[in-house]
Amino acid sequence: MANSDITKLGQDVAWQDVTRGNTIVGCGTTKHFVTGDWTNVAPVVDEEKCKQCLLCVPVCPDSAIPVKDYKRQAIDYDHCKGCGICVKACPFGALKMEVK
Amino acid sequence: MPKKRVLMSGNEAVATALRQINPDVFPAFPITPSTEIPQYFSNYVSNGLVDTEFITVESEHSSMSAAIGASAAGARALTATSSAGLAFMWEVLGVAASHRLPVALCAVCRALTGPLNINCDHSDTMGAKDSGWIQLYAENNQEAYDNMVMAFNIAENKDVMLPIMICQDGFITSHAVNNMELLDDLTVKEFVGEYEADHYLLNPDETFAVGPYAVSDYYMESRKAQAHAMENAKQVILDVAKDFEKISGRKYGLIEEYQMEDAEYAVVIIGSAAGTTKDAIDKMRANGDKVGLVKIRSFRPFPGKEIATALKGCKAVAVMDRSESFSTNGGPVGAETMQAMYSEKCDALTINIMYGIGGRDVRVEDMMNVYETLKDIAAKGETGDVYRYMGLRDKEAK
Amino acid sequence: MKDTLEIRWHGRGGQGAKTAALLLAEVAFKTGMNAQGFPEYGPERMGAPITAYDRISHNEIRVHSNIYDPQYVVVVDETLVDIVDVTKGLREDGAILINTARDKEEIIPSLKGYKGKVYTIDARKIAMETLGKNFPNTPMLAAIVKVTGVIDDETFLNEMEGSFKHKFAKKPEVIEGNMNALRMALKEVK
Repeated sequence: MANSDITKLGQDVAWQDVTRGNTIVGCGTTKHFVTGDWTNVAPVVDEEKCKQCLLCVPVCPDSAIPVKDYKRQAIDYDHCKGCGICVKACPFGALKMEVK
Repeated sequence: MPKKRVLMSGNEAVATALRQINPDVFPAFPITPSTEIPQYFSNYVSNGLVDTEFITVESEHSSMSAAIGASAAGARALTATSSAGLAFMWEVLGVAASHRLPVALCAVCRALTGPLNINCDHSDTMGAKDSGWIQLYAENNQEAYDNMVMAFNIAENKDVMLPIMICQDGFITSHAVNNMELLDDLTVKEFVGEYEADHYLLNPDETFAVGPYAVSDYYMESRKAQAHAMENAKQVILDVAKDFEKISGRKYGLIEEYQMEDAEYAVVIIGSAAGTTKDAIDKMRANGDKVGLVKIRSFRPFPGKEIATALKGCKAVAVMDRSESFSTNGGPVGAETMQAMYSEKCDALTINIMYGIGGRDVRVEDMMNVYETLKDIAAKGETGDVYRYMGLRDKEAK
Repeated sequence: MKDTLEIRWHGRGGQGAKTAALLLAEVAFKTGMNAQGFPEYGPERMGAPITAYDRISHNEIRVHSNIYDPQYVVVVDETLVDIVDVTKGLREDGAILINTARDKEEIIPSLKGYKGKVYTIDARKIAMETLGKNFPNTPMLAAIVKVTGVIDDETFLNEMEGSFKHKFAKKPEVIEGNMNALRMALKEVK
């Protein structure tokens, strides 16, 4: 089974070259799939109000709020779909939705 | 090769093959007439004869799902079922096939409800004929055992990688004891070998995703690739049969031809009634009637060319269906056989007979009558009704 | 023996007629013959009339139908004689074997004018005397072996002793009773 490699999948792939059972070898492939342009609104952080409580992090369905050294990092707009759940979750009103 | 002559039911024969194979995972849910297979097998587990993970689940949907999960994880997995149980698996049958997982299913054919009935017909497995599974059918206990021994070698072949259904006739072979021959444990163990998946979920060295969403850009190519694997299965079934002959002395093909060399009248049939038909043929041959039989062993892949080639030269043919498909034109075996005959320019006058439905008994005399009907048809030069019933109480019967 | 010996069993669910049919197949198998044993399945439960079949042959058995014109019929429960057509299709050159304490002459009028041989055995009495329980199938098995002559008594007893030793490995105390049931039945069938 040579054709189990994700890099061989594309819209021009012939049936002979699709991976067996559409399986994907290797992981983290969604990283390459930019879904941030599926929205015209996105959350914006008011850094003054943010207490770094991190409650917004686990509620994000797209893991678009990264954390490093226990600190929230800048929102990953490549993958944020603008659902607004983080805005509802924030106890300090530090997040609000804005038109992009 | 050491062999052992035994008297066994079809269910015990298949369970014995499974004991010899010693698969990794066997999730099971009971349903008549397949229940005995996991029942025998659970004894082997309790007695330490196998080290299989035997999982009792809450439904057939779950038994097949668990087998799929185990297979994706890299295990050799199987389950057993019949009738409504197979119907309940319907959704996940397609998942096993499209994920290209070489799961096995011991199918003990029983009529689908309704009306409620526990006896043999092929409406359950014929209902699953388009699920992407390989289907091998057995005439008797010996063939059920042999097909089970060959199953994983076919399914796990890298050119195939498809799930396989080993079908036998409920009660007729599953619950009847008959003489047969077992291979010794070591011979089977060596023949079947170990399953080594090339990609599997429990591989710590490789991350792997099974069952992603395929949009229109990929679905069609994926289905074609699956169909191609089924085409490959044709040759692999023959190759495995050749290897099997070396250890057993028994020959298998995609079809079996009986007295077809000079046959003018032929029956095409699947399953246990083939044996009954062979007795009918011997009786009629003794009177000089040139009658023969094409028994289909592999219904998926469907050996259309092979069947049509065998039927060339026949004056009249009866294709027998043990399940009603409500197409108003006949049953699945009839439809596929006649399509193959048309493509191969085989112009025998052909009828399609529904028989043995819901366990209606099939006698030698019944099959002799079929041949008499074929002689009539050939003499008249026309088929009359193509779609017929055998053994039906009918006020308008001619 | 003809090409294929065909035997039909009539019993009631739970009496062991199916087991007896399978045992007869086993006995024939062990003596080198081809055998087929199977019950007719339906929704029947304990006490309902059931049918089981045996085919015994020197040739390979390929046919998979029920048996319609048997050479022998075995009736494990005599009360079935009045409610089931036990002689249906039974060949005149064959025989019927009935488990009953009554005399043959009392039974024959219930057999719808059957002209073949009629054998009886009091399997209940034999079972009670040798096994202490009404398990008629062990004596019935011996009786049908005697009636059909499918194998000789001595070979049969040896084969059965072997299979009882295997079957009752964990309760060897019942082997002697079962063997006595067989011996008594071989003598008492008439």
